[in-house]
Amino acid sequence: MISAQDLVEKILARSTTDDCIVVVNDKTQANLRWASSTLTTNGVIQLRSVTVIAFIAMNGSMASGAVTRTNVDERDIDALLAEASAAAHAAGPAEDFAPLAKDVSFGNWSAPHTPTGPEAFSTFAPELGEMLRRSQSDSIELFGYAEHTHQTIWVGSKGGMRLRHDSPVGRVEMTGKSHGRSRSTWDGVETHDFKDISISKIDKNIRQRLSWQEKKIDLPAGRYDTILPSGAAADIYVYMMWVAGARDAHEGQSVFSKKGGGTRVGEKLSNVGLQLFSDPSDSTLSGSPFVSAAASSPFTSVFDNGQKQGRVDWIKDGVLQSLLQTRASAKLTSLPYTPLGDNLIMKVDNGIGSLDDLVKKVDNGLLVTTLWYIRMVDPNTLLLTGLTRDGVYYVKNGEVQGATNNFRWNDSPVSALSRIVHAGATEWTQPREWAGDITSMAMPPLVIKDFNMSTVSPGS
Amino acid sequence: MITQVDQDFLALPLQSVSDAAISAATSLGASHVDVRIERTRTGYLSLRDAKPETQSDETNFGIGVRVIVNGAWGFASSPDVSDDSAKKLASTAVAMAKTSKPLSTEEISLVSEPVYANKTWVSAYEIDPFSVSDADKKDRLASLSSKLLASSSVNHTSAHTMYVKEQKHYADSAGTSTTQQRVRVQTQFEAISIGAHGFESMRTLAQPAGYGWEWMGNSIWNWDAEIEQLPSLLAEKVAAPSVEPGRYDLLIHPSNLWLTIHESIGHATELDRAMGYEANYAGTSFATPEKLGNLKYGSALMNVTGDRNTEHGLSTVGWDDEGVAAQRWDIVKDGVLVGYQLDRRIAARVNKDRSNGCAFSDSPAHVPIQRMPNVSLQPNPNGPTLEKLIESIEDGIYILGDKSWSIDMQRYNFQFTGQQFHRIKNGKIVGQLKDVAYQATTTDFWGALKAVGGPSTYVLGGAFNCGKAQPGQVAAVSHGCPAAVFDKINVLNTVAEAGK
Repeated sequence: MISAQDLVEKILARSTTDDCIVVVNDKTQANLRWASSTLTTNGVIQLRSVTVIAFIAMNGSMASGAVTRTNVDERDIDALLAEASAAAHAAGPAEDFAPLAKDVSFGNWSAPHTPTGPEAFSTFAPELGEMLRRSQSDSIELFGYAEHTHQTIWVGSKGGMRLRHDSPVGRVEMTGKSHGRSRSTWDGVETHDFKDISISKIDKNIRQRLSWQEKKIDLPAGRYDTILPSGAAADIYVYMMWVAGARDAHEGQSVFSKKGGGTRVGEKLSNVGLQLFSDPSDSTLSGSPFVSAAASSPFTSVFDNGQKQGRVDWIKDGVLQSLLQTRASAKLTSLPYTPLGDNLIMKVDNGIGSLDDLVKKVDNGLLVTTLWYIRMVDPNTLLLTGLTRDGVYYVKNGEVQGATNNFRWNDSPVSALSRIVHAGATEWTQPREWAGDITSMAMPPLVIKDFNMSTVSPGS
Repeated sequence: MITQVDQDFLALPLQSVSDAAISAATSLGASHVDVRIERTRTGYLSLRDAKPETQSDETNFGIGVRVIVNGAWGFASSPDVSDDSAKKLASTAVAMAKTSKPLSTEEISLVSEPVYANKTWVSAYEIDPFSVSDADKKDRLASLSSKLLASSSVNHTSAHTMYVKEQKHYADSAGTSTTQQRVRVQTQFEAISIGAHGFESMRTLAQPAGYGWEWMGNSIWNWDAEIEQLPSLLAEKVAAPSVEPGRYDLLIHPSNLWLTIHESIGHATELDRAMGYEANYAGTSFATPEKLGNLKYGSALMNVTGDRNTEHGLSTVGWDDEGVAAQRWDIVKDGVLVGYQLDRRIAARVNKDRSNGCAFSDSPAHVPIQRMPNVSLQPNPNGPTLEKLIESIEDGIYILGDKSWSIDMQRYNFQFTGQQFHRIKNGKIVGQLKDVAYQATTTDFWGALKAVGGPSTYVLGGAFNCGKAQPGQVAAVSHGCPAAVFDKINVLNTVAEAGK
C-alpha cells in the first residue's frame, strides 16, 4: 500500500478546490477472545481510512464536503476529489464555518506507522493460558477479551497543515463465573503496551469477588448510598460529556440549559471540590494536541482541523466551566472555544485511597462492580437508566457482608454530582459499557448518596 | 427493481483473490477456509433546523480470511484486496490459529451445508440511494424539516438519513461461492418544543427498511402525512398530564413493540449467547439450552419466528456469512420456546444437523459470528383491527414509537419509553400522557400478552445499530409485529424516578 504521507501529498497536489484537508487513519490491532476458559476467536486487523474534505468559498462563507474510503491508491484520487467537491456544492455554505488553520505542524510527519500484532501478547498470552488452566481445575469459568491497537492519524491540508499523532492503547476484560454460573464478577484493565498487565492481580481480584458471593443477602429496591468503582463512574460521566454540547444547551435542549435562556456555565453542580477536565499533556493519558475531524457533528467541525487542543476544565471546584464547542458554536454562545479532548479526568479534592479504602468509610450501603446497558430516559434531567452487573455487595460498618441481587437503576450523573459522600484517588480506569469507545479516562471511585435502585433485577 | 450486483463490484478479482487465500491456507494445513471480500458504502446526512450539520460518505472495502487449523480458529484481514495480500492473510490466519491452539480446549467444527457455486443475490429495492444526488437528498430532508419549523409549536428540528449499500463476495474451501448486494435506508425527523415545560420532543414513527431511496417518496411510507401531524401531536404531549405511576393495560404499537421483541426475544434466543460466548460483553440469557421445548416464554397467543428471507427485511440475505442458505423457523410456538438462532459452529456444538443461517460479520475486518435474523411476532390471522383493540381496553395506555431502552445481561428486567402515550379509558383514547416508562421481566411481560392484532396492524420495524461481540460489531435487523395488548404492566413516572 502507498504510504499515508505520499497519499496525502498526492491528493493535495491534485485538489482544485479552495482548500482541501486529508485525514488518514492507519490502524493495526490484535485481539483475543475467550469464553468458558477457552479461546473462542482471535484476529489480526489492518485498517486504513482516508477522508478527503473539499472546501469551496461561497457567499463569504465556505462549504465543505467529505468522502471516506478504506483503501485508496493513486488511480482513485481524482474520483475521490470530485466526489468530495460535489458533496461540498450540494451542502452549500456551512453553518460551522470558521477560517481554516494554515501552516501548522506537529509530530514526526515522515515516520511510518508502527504496526502492532500478536507479538503484543507474547508475555500476556502464556500467563492468560495458565490462568485459564487454573480456573478449569478450580471450577471457575473465565470469559474475556484482550485487544491491542496502534493508531496513527495524519492530517494534511493545502494550507500547510502537517499534523501527526500516534496512540497505542490496549485493554483486558475478565469475567469470572462459578457455582453453576450463579456467581459472577468482572475486572477490567487499560494499558498502553501490555507490559504492565498483571494476570495474577486480575486472578486474585476475580477469586476474592467470587468468594464474597458465598453469602447472599436479598435487598429490596430503594435509594442506597452506593459505592461506584472508578469504571462505573467513568461509564456515567462519559455519558454526561456526550450531552454537553454548547449549542444544545444554548438553545434550551440540554440538562445544561438555564431556565429562561442561556447555559448553566458558572453554576455550582457539585457539593465537593470536584475537577473534571481534559488535558492532552497528562502524563499517563496523553492525547492529541490538535483537533482532527473527518466529519462535522454537534461537537466537532471539519473547519476546526488543526486547532490547538489544550487543557479544558469542564467543571472546576464543582462549578460548570465549559461545554463542548466548535469555533462556530463558541461564537453563537459567546463562550470560549473548548473542543472535545481525547481524555477525561475527574479529581475530587482530598480524594485519597483505593476502592477498598472507600468501602471502609461506608456504614450502610451497596458496592457495585459495574453498570450496564446505560441509556438516557429524560434529557431534561439527564436521567439515565441501567443495570448493575457482575456483583453487588451489601456493605455494613465498612465491611462487605455478602452479595445481594442486581438492580435496575434510574439516576442522573448531573444530580449525583451534588450527592458525593466520599471519593477515592483518581486512577486510569475502564468504563465497562463504553470500553470500545473511550480508552483514556481517569476517575476516582465515588460514594453517591441515595442512588436510585428502581427495581430488583433477577439477572445474575 | 434492481436485479444485478453492480458491475464495478463484479469486475473486481473476486475469484482470483479468494482462490489465492483458500489455496494458500489449505497448503499451510487449514481444514477449513472462508474468505469474504466486502465493500460497504454508508452515507449519512443530518440537518439541524433544516440546515446541514453532518455529512459523510464512507466506504469500507477489504478482505477477511478465516481458517480452522487443528481445531482452532485463525483470522486476518486487510484493506488491500489482491492475490498477494490474500496469500499473506492466509499465512497470518494460519499462524494465529497455531498460536491460539494452546489456549483452546474447544475443538472447532462446523456442520455441513450444501455447496452453492457461483450464486448471486440482490435485495428488493428500486433506487440505489447513491445514484440520487446529495442535493436531492438534502432538499427532501430540508423540505420536510421546514414544514415542521413552520408550526408555532415547533422550536427546533433535527433530521437524519443513513443509507447503506453492502456488497459481499463469500467463498469457502468446500466450494461455495456467493456474491450479494443489499441496500437499506433509515430516516428520522424530530420536532422539539422549548418553553416553561423545559424541552419536549417527538420523532417520526417510520422504521428503517430494506428499501432504496424509493423509501423517501410517499408511496411506501407517507412522510408528508406524518410530518403534517407531528406538530399538533407534540403540542398535545407538551400540555399532557404527567402519568400516574401504577399498573396499566398497555396497547403497544409495532413502532414500539419491535424493540421490546428485539431485546427480550431476539437477543435472548441467540444460542451462542445462551451458552455463554457473550458472557463478558453482551451478556447471557435466561433461556438456557436445557429449556428448549419446555420454557413457557409467554401466553399461548405468542408465536415468534426467525427468518433471513422476509422481503425488505434488514437481516434478509440469500446466504449467510458461512454460505448457509436463508431459512425461516419457529422460535416461540404457542408461547413455548422451540428454537434458537444458530451458526455452523454453534449448531455443531449442540449436535444439530444444520445451521439456520445466522452468521454475519459487519466488516471484512471482523470474524463472522452468530447475529440476529429477522425475529418477528406473528399476527393473529383472524385478529382484531387497531380500532377494535382500543375498544377492548377499559383502562390503559397506547404506546407508539421507541425511545429509551435497556435490559439486563440475562434479558430479564427491561425498561422502555416511547414517543407517544395515549390514555385509553372505556375503549376510547382521551388524550396524551407524558413521562411514561414501562418496566417488566421478560416472561412476566409476554405471559401478560392477552390480545394480538390481526394482519392489518402488522408493521416491519427494526434497527441499523444492533451491537454484539468484541471487537464490537453492528448489524441491521428487522422485527415484524402486530399491535398487541399486555395486561397490567408496571408503568413508571420518569420525572419521579429522577427524584423531582
